[in-house]
Amino acid sequence: MQQKARAAIIGPGNIGTDLLMKCLRSDWIEPVWMIGIEDSPGIQRARDLGLRVSTDGVDGLITGWAEAPVDFVFDATSAYAHADNSEKVTALGALMIDLTPAAIGPYCIPPVNLDAVLANDNNQNVNMVTCGGQATIPMVRAVSLIQHVRYAEIVATVASKSVGMGTRDNIDEFTRTTSAAIAAIGEADEGKAIIVINPAEPPLIMRDTIHCLTTDTPRETEITESIEAMVSDVQQYVPGYRLTNAPIFDGHRVTISVQVEGLGDFLPTYAGNLDIMTAAGLRTAEMIAQRRQQ
Amino acid sequence: MDLTGKKILLHDMCLRDGMHPKQHQITLAQMHAISQALDEAGVPLIEVTHGDGLGGASVNYGFPAETDETYLRGVVGTVKRARISALLLPGIGTVDHLRMAKDCGVSTIRVATHCTEANVSRQHIALSRALGLDTVGFLMMAHMVEPAELLEQALLMESYGANCIYCTDSAGYMLPADVTARIALLRDRLHPDTEIGFHGHHNLAMGVGNSLAAIEAGATRIDGSAAGLGAGAGNTPLEAMAAVLERMGADTGIDIFKLADAAEDHVLPILDEPVRLSRDALVLGYAGAYSSFLLFAKRAESRYGVPSHRILLEMARRRTVGGQEDLIEAIAIEMASEQASQSAK
Repeated sequence: MQQKARAAIIGPGNIGTDLLMKCLRSDWIEPVWMIGIEDSPGIQRARDLGLRVSTDGVDGLITGWAEAPVDFVFDATSAYAHADNSEKVTALGALMIDLTPAAIGPYCIPPVNLDAVLANDNNQNVNMVTCGGQATIPMVRAVSLIQHVRYAEIVATVASKSVGMGTRDNIDEFTRTTSAAIAAIGEADEGKAIIVINPAEPPLIMRDTIHCLTTDTPRETEITESIEAMVSDVQQYVPGYRLTNAPIFDGHRVTISVQVEGLGDFLPTYAGNLDIMTAAGLRTAEMIAQRRQQ
Repeated sequence: MDLTGKKILLHDMCLRDGMHPKQHQITLAQMHAISQALDEAGVPLIEVTHGDGLGGASVNYGFPAETDETYLRGVVGTVKRARISALLLPGIGTVDHLRMAKDCGVSTIRVATHCTEANVSRQHIALSRALGLDTVGFLMMAHMVEPAELLEQALLMESYGANCIYCTDSAGYMLPADVTARIALLRDRLHPDTEIGFHGHHNLAMGVGNSLAAIEAGATRIDGSAAGLGAGAGNTPLEAMAAVLERMGADTGIDIFKLADAAEDHVLPILDEPVRLSRDALVLGYAGAYSSFLLFAKRAESRYGVPSHRILLEMARRRTVGGQEDLIEAIAIEMASEQASQSAK
């Protein structure tokens, strides 16, 4: 069996803890550190699971680096905190997997451009876009693989309970980063992102609508096949990802609806928006680790 | 209720909420003519934006005839006395849109969230206030929470810098007692300098009545729309509201006859269909669904053969919030396939 790559997680909140649960099952990644800024329940949980912890932010990792260095650092804090974290981690020589919408490094949507990200050995920071981006950009790309998409727009509807304060404090980061990545990685001329938060009880499962406007009349059969193939690719790391109805073709509009049900590792299953982020982040690290072994 | 000498600020919605029934296709020339007429009638504040706020131009909500910037610059340049406001829904519009609107010369930014999600509005409210704008926190679908929870959310918006808080009856669901309970609690517990406003929809014909209840409980800003042009059965008819307030002795600064002329001569002629208390609008108000869902449900009916009022009932049953227009087509497809499987049996 191969030697697992070692990882640290910054941010012992919901996302960081869910990611920790997934890392504990990974054949490729071994979680070593949980990094927070105070002795929180998330830090305690990580300590109970045998991880090293820092309650002094990344500085604690720097202090303990000689004893316990890592290959990967996942940042599950906020766009505000990320720049500083990234600078320190890069100086240590670890690869940063950024789960915030800060987007310092190149975007990574695993089923779309992981190969391109992997091909560049100089990447020191890889950005996982946003939950809405992970859930929808594969669908935009599924259409743009078949024909030119002049405009793509996504609407992410998420349960109020699954949206943390990091996102709420800077909801514009979500909109901006997702829009930019729709165009850059989805390969649409123009991207737009909308997020709607619904407080209904029981909480609704993440639901995304993807509208693509094609330049020419959409080739329905090919697009439908491309969408189905892409859905299977996403299901490899998010089994609860599914189309809620067949793609709608209306003039030059192609509309796709998906639902994202999480695995329920730490977060409840309705929080598919958070699950798809942690799953995509882990998958990216696993693929890089595999490649480094080869 | 004696309103003698009481100042009430009436805020016109026909060039923003009225964009919904017009599918965001009001022309710049129509905007000029209507805003000029409203200005001459003494309407002090006029909202001009895509129906879904700044940045609302989208497949999901509809592309407007002109950009927000073109509309805003046009109207700001037209009016002599009136001030202009813009609506912004975090999650759709961003602070970039807000800065653009400020640059166009708006006096007022209204930051709208669902009534339980006020904490997504911090950056927008704070920036608007920092830019020196009249800053309104606009709590939508306010019938969906109890007064105490609405107050909590209002306090958040106030803490971010809003100088006015709205109780927004987006579904036209509230009855006067619902309005009284909410506005009275807000008036009692918000800072005395914070103004309180009420935005009504006429889906149960309660627009004027609810607005009076709001004023009696302490509101000093009331939204209405010339000729009632707005989503669902429209907003509180502004000319009726102004006339009622004048009869009660309040000071709105509006010339009733000129406002009636504006509504009759400039707003009514642009309607594609009468904005009225239709079966669909009634369902919105009766069951509590977001008023701008109406036309989307009608379009889904014509495409999928499912009655629009049944779609709207289902939208209410699922406790949807403003912005979930995309679910309407999905529900129509679901209902159509259920209909097909039932008729096959």
